Parts: sequence; C-alpha cells; structure tokens
Amino acid sequence: MITSPHVYLPVSVRAVMAKVLVALVPGIAAYVWFFGGGILVTLALATLAALAAEALMLKLRGKPLAMFLTDGSAAVTAWLVALAFPPLSPWWLIVAATLFAIVVAKHLYGGLGQNPFNPAMAAFAVMIVAFPGLMSQWPAAAQPLPFAEQLRIMFAGARHLDAMVMATPLDALRTAFASGEGRATVATALAAYPGGGLMAGKGWEWIALGYAVGGLWLLQQRIFTWHVPTAFLGTLALISGAFHVAAPERFATPLFHLFGGAAMLGAFFIATDPVSGAITPRGKLIFAAGAALITYFIRVFGAYPDGVAFGILLMNMCVPLIDMKTQPPVFGRKDGNP
Amino acid sequence: MIATLFRFKGGVKPETHKDCSTRQPIARAPLPSRLIVPLHQSAGGTPRPLVEPGQAVLKGERIGAADGNFSAAVHAPTSGVVKALAPHVMPHPSGLSALCVVIEPDGADRWIEREPVNYRSLAPDELRDELRDAGVVGLGGAVFPTHLKLKPSQGGRTETLILNGAECEPWITCDDMLMRERAEVIVRGGAVMRHILQSERVLIGIEDNKPQAIEAMRTTVARLGETMEVVAVPTRYPAGGAKQLIKVLTGIEVPYGKRSQDYGVQCFNVATAYSVWHALERGEPLISRIVTLTGNVERPRNFEVLIGTPLEELLPLVGPLPDTDRYIMGGPMMGFPLPSASVPIVKATNCIIAASPALFPPPPPEMPCIRCGACATVCPHELQPMELYWFARGKNFGKAQEYSIFDCIECGCCAYVCPSHIPLVDYFRFAKSEIWSREKEKAAADAARSRFEFRNERQEREKREKAERLAQKTAGARAADAKRALIAAAIERARAQKEQVQPRNTDNLTPEQQAEIAEAEARRARIRAMAQTPPEKPL
Repeated sequence: MITSPHVYLPVSVRAVMAKVLVALVPGIAAYVWFFGGGILVTLALATLAALAAEALMLKLRGKPLAMFLTDGSAAVTAWLVALAFPPLSPWWLIVAATLFAIVVAKHLYGGLGQNPFNPAMAAFAVMIVAFPGLMSQWPAAAQPLPFAEQLRIMFAGARHLDAMVMATPLDALRTAFASGEGRATVATALAAYPGGGLMAGKGWEWIALGYAVGGLWLLQQRIFTWHVPTAFLGTLALISGAFHVAAPERFATPLFHLFGGAAMLGAFFIATDPVSGAITPRGKLIFAAGAALITYFIRVFGAYPDGVAFGILLMNMCVPLIDMKTQPPVFGRKDGNP
Repeated sequence: MIATLFRFKGGVKPETHKDCSTRQPIARAPLPSRLIVPLHQSAGGTPRPLVEPGQAVLKGERIGAADGNFSAAVHAPTSGVVKALAPHVMPHPSGLSALCVVIEPDGADRWIEREPVNYRSLAPDELRDELRDAGVVGLGGAVFPTHLKLKPSQGGRTETLILNGAECEPWITCDDMLMRERAEVIVRGGAVMRHILQSERVLIGIEDNKPQAIEAMRTTVARLGETMEVVAVPTRYPAGGAKQLIKVLTGIEVPYGKRSQDYGVQCFNVATAYSVWHALERGEPLISRIVTLTGNVERPRNFEVLIGTPLEELLPLVGPLPDTDRYIMGGPMMGFPLPSASVPIVKATNCIIAASPALFPPPPPEMPCIRCGACATVCPHELQPMELYWFARGKNFGKAQEYSIFDCIECGCCAYVCPSHIPLVDYFRFAKSEIWSREKEKAAADAARSRFEFRNERQEREKREKAERLAQKTAGARAADAKRALIAAAIERARAQKEQVQPRNTDNLTPEQQAEIAEAEARRARIRAMAQTPPEKPL
C-alpha cells in the first residue's frame, strides 16, 4: 500500500553529492591555475579507481549496481583524496589510497551511510603513515611544471627536481623551530621560505579561498548547517589567535592557519561529512571544535605536515558518544516551557 | 492584542494546490441513492444502534446513541427507511468493515422536530450532553468528541480558546471555503464555546495563504461585535496541527501525553465551531460536512455532503480523469488511500484527492540513510528521526521510546525531505504498533501469569484445606476407635467373668477319664512339638 506522505521534495543523495562536487570546482580551478593541469589527471584517476572499487564491492556485496554506482558518493571520496594528497603524487599512491578509502573505509563498514570514519581522511592517514616521504613532497606553486613533465612525474616515476619540491609553509615553520637553535621566529622562518604568499602558502591560500567559496554555496544550498564550518574555523582562529597573541614570534597568525594546509577543505568538505560526523546541533559544534583543536596541536607540536585528517578522524571516533550526550530536548519537554 | 507570534521549529512548505478547488462556491451534493452511516465515527466508544431494518427515520433522528460519555451520537442525514444494519467497508487505512446503518432516502428530506436550546440558559453539563447527543465531534480530522474538550481548565475557565482555521495540508480547502462563506456561524459558534469555557480571549488562527478567509472572518468578528482576534499565521506545514498552532499563537508547548486545557488553552477546528452553533441554536445535529473533492479531477470543488454518502456517488460531480488510480482521504502529507470508492463520507472526511501516478508519483527507491539530518531540521516535534529510524529498523524499541517515538505525530515532514527517500513515517508507525502490541502482549501475559498464580494458590489452598479436613476426620476416628476398644475390653472382661462362673464339660470327671484326657493332651502336645521342630537333615 502507498502510505503518506504522498508527496516528496525533489531531492536525492545523488543531487546532494553532485552539489558537493560542483562546490569543489572553484578550489580546483585555483589549483589548476597555480599548479597546472596535473591535478585534473589525479582527479580523473582517483574517480576511475573509486568507481571501479565501488562497482567491485557492490557486486561482491550483492547490492544493486546502478542505484549505488551513480549516487556520486564514490566520486566525492575520490575528489577529496585527490585534493588532499600532495600534487604530482605517483599514480599508484592515489589509486591505492582511493581503493583503501572505498574498499576498507567505506564498504567493509557497510557502504554508503555506514562508515564511521571519513573514507578520504582514513586513506590519507594510512598513506601518511605508510609513505611519509611521498606524502610530504609538495611542489612549488610559483612556476607550474609543464603538463607533460607533470605526467612524467606521476606515471613514469620521474623524480621531482629538488627546486620544485619544498615543504609546505606549515612544515617550514615547524622545521625552522626544530632546528633553529632557538633563534627562529615566525617572521624569519616565513621570510626565508620561498613559497610564502599573502596569508599562508603561495597559491594554496587561493585554493583555500576557492574551497571557502564553494563551501559557502553549499551552506546556502542547505547541504549542511552553519555549525561545523563555523565551529571548526572559529576554534582554529581562536586557539591560533591565543597562541599568537601570547608569543607572536613563535606562533603564526590565525590567518596563516585558516588559509594554510587543509583547514578550509576540512572545514567545509570533510568535517561536514554527515555520515561520519556528529548530527545534533550541539554535537556538531563539539565535533568541529574538537577537530580544529587537534588539528592545531598536531600542526604546531606534532610530527605531521598537517593535522586536519587526524583531527577529524579522532573526532569521528567520538561521534556516537557526542550524539548520545547532546540529544536536543523535544517539543514540550524543554526547561522554561511556559 | 497579540504582540508577537511564536514559531514552531521545523515544518515544510509543500506546494499548496489550493486554488483549484476554491474558484467555485460550496455546492450542496445531491441526495444519494442510499446513505451508509457508520455507527463509529468518533474517537471513543461505538454508539449502539437505535433503529432496526425497515424502520422509517426522519432527517436528524438519532440512529446511534453515544456509548457512555466518551462517544458521540450519530443521526439519520435525511428522511427515509432503514434498509439494513450491516457491516460495510470503512474509509480507514485498514480497509476493515464496521457496522453501518444503511438508509434509503425517501426524497422528502423531512426533519425531526428540531429543538434549539438557549445556550445561556442551560448549565454547562447540559450543554455538553446536548452536544454529545447531537454528535458534534472535531471536524479537523481527529473526530474527538467536542463535549469532552469543552470542559474548563482547573479554576473554572480555560483562558484561551483557539479556533483553528490554519488548514495547512495541501489541496484541502473545506475550512477555507467555510470561513469565506459562513463566517458568521463560525464566529457565533466560537462565542458559544467561549461561553462554556469562560475564555478570556479567543484567537482564530488562519494561515496567511487564505487572505479571503482572513478578511471574511475579521469583518464578521467586527460586525458581530465580538472580541475575538483573527490572526494570520505564516504558511508552513504543519501549522494547523493543534500543538503547532497553540505554540504559534501562545508560545505554549503542550508535551506529548498532556492536554492543552491543563495549560489553559483549548483548540477547535472552525468547522467544529460551526457545528456547535447548529447543534445548539438550530437543534440540528451533525449530519453533513464540507468536503473538498480535488486532485486529478475535471471540476475540483467543495461540497456540503451528507454523512454516509458513498464516495462513488460524489465522484461524477467532479469528473475524475481517466488515469486516476486511487483516492486519498485527507491531504497528501497525512492522508491515506481509500480501500474502495464505495466507502461512505464520514465526519472525519475533510478532503478526497483523486490521485494518479502522474500527480503523485511513487517515491524513488529507498537508499541508505546518510545522516544528513534534514529530517531533524524539519521535525515539528524536534525529534531526531534518523535515530528513531535506526532504532525502528533494528527493532530496538526500548531506545525508540527513550528517543520519544510517541511524540511523533506522523506529519510526514521527515519523509518529505529525505534525500534517501526513506519512508520514515512507515518505520515509526511500525515501531509504535510493535510497541503497542508488545505492551498488549505483556499486559496479557501479566494477566495470564497472575491468573495462573491465583489458580495455583487456590489449588494449594484447597489442597491444604482438604488435608486439614482429613486430619480432623482421622483424629475423630481415632478417638472413636479408643472408645470401641474400651467397650470391647469391657465385654471381654464380662465374658471372662461369665466363663469363670459356668462349669465346663471337662469339669467333674472320673480319675480314669481325667488320665485319658491328660494322655491325649500330652500326645497332642508331642505331635505339635514334632511339627514345630524342623528335621535336622533332609530325608
């Protein structure tokens, strides 16, 4: 029997995922502008690998292929992997990461809607532990390599020219403080760093801005609520601001942290992942604030180039508890109900 | 004056489709060939039939008497002859049948003697009895007996009376048209209710997509000199839910399981106010209502329809289009498909929507929940439907109750916005009915257990009592034996004495005879001794 309601909004998982992909376009455009077309190849490679893995897993699990393969969720994971990994990563690293994301982090947990961890971030964490060297090679943005050269690096295993590879600004700061005999300051370290931009890394800050633009559009489209990006970026700004005010020569500015690394991508596209994130309004605030705090401390005091992936993964673990403890009161059962 | 309106959380704005059925005034549906009047048309007890087949009835004659106070009477909608008292399929999702009075109209439409009452001169209890016996029930769809809600709160008065003209469900326009065309009766009915409830203020809430109804009501209130306030509330489904409207107009949230009169508010549908006035001031019981016939039809319109009119006799009035595949009673958000076009119009029937696959396409296939939370954003009772969905799906009913599943009013907002097209309301209905049936089973099991325990106890007691009785009896018997022994002993003693006195035949013998006897005795003794001594060796 057909039961009520008899009408539906024309919404679908596919439409949601499609909007997320569209929202990534400004960031990708900036990426291409500063780093050349290599990222497009990486995106295509990751997408193909993701769809193949998705198809294989759906078949193994006996799920309807057409319905799930076209839901767009695999493509979103693939794009996030491609964008989170260093540009010009070898093709097999991208493929392996994507396969891990889809097969292990998504389907072994039950597929769409069931994964406790964000698949792209799980893949990132596994790869940075397995291949720390590869995961910290970031090309310089100043002069993008010719497209053919990029392809040779990605597919033929050609080595990066040393001049083309450098640490990220976050890494540069940490290295300076680690080896700087106590005399390094944020100013001297960044002055000595050739990849610096206006706020953070050259080129990267514009890509981050692109992500922010796309993210705000998603917010306007009500794909997610304001809670996660606000709490994530707000907390990151507050904690970095507090440290910066306390010791400006030792700790970089909030702007540097907001536009550096994967902060914007994390705030708008990864922490907002509904499947692995908290779901209650207060829970979302706690989840995102926690992720931002962990991100900051890993960035400043940890051993990894960026902390967004670990921040989000660690908070993913807390989601069931957060949701359970932040259930909002229901209609008529609130304090102060007249 | 209302300074500010409050806002209930959540809600959705589906397309309203109300224009099509409001272009024409309300029309009176023609007398059908027969009327099928179900006895059970309100919440509460099923009225007991007062008529028998073959009996002639007049319009407005009571044919079913309220079963106790939590019930409402039913009446003959026109004059005619009772043809049958038989079960007929009901306009209910279950498709079950219920006892109906089938009346063949005589065409005269002759009224019983109507006895209007002056509501100011009657005691409130008498007014409530009048309304119960006039079959007045809530016409917003819940058909709760109105007289039960017309009881003042503690302290003798219900401060705020709300007349609900929100009509938030898409397609439905019966209240809208009633307010446009018959505002005066509604306002007068509201005044009667206000009198009974001793209400300080009366608020009439109407969604702001009905400007003509708002205008008509405002003008009428002013013309009649009533101090009621017509409030335009923002159009947002389900603003017409009683709890939502109460929240919007007063800011009070009435929790699940509580009655609004405990909070000094009572809310009635505008059509109910209309019926109250008719019942008291005209002495006309509730025998007809306004029904919106709309959807996939040529001429959508509102009709004043006699209760009991079979749907199939109404349909030609609006001309359903050929691709119509089902009829929905109620609106598209909460309505249900009718099991048959032969079902009668009942007091709960506010709208019939002809549906076609083109107009109401079936939902796309269900996908897994991605926890997007859209359902929680639109839930007017501020529940977490995605969590309830998990608990219902996993049959974790304890958790479902912990997460307040019974607060769900099944408004359908969550399923309406779900990008995974999960029939959430179905999951919640399933969980609720499972919990109910389990509670029923548990209650039955508890009853059975206590019956069993009682029976065991009774059997034990009976056994014990029997044993005690037996013990008493044997004790008595033993006492009797002792007596008997005493008697026997006495007899024995007496006999011994007698023997001693009487001579034996061996007394007074000669010495020879005595020697012979002694010899014989000695021989006997020897033989006896030989017989008793076993042989030392086997022979």
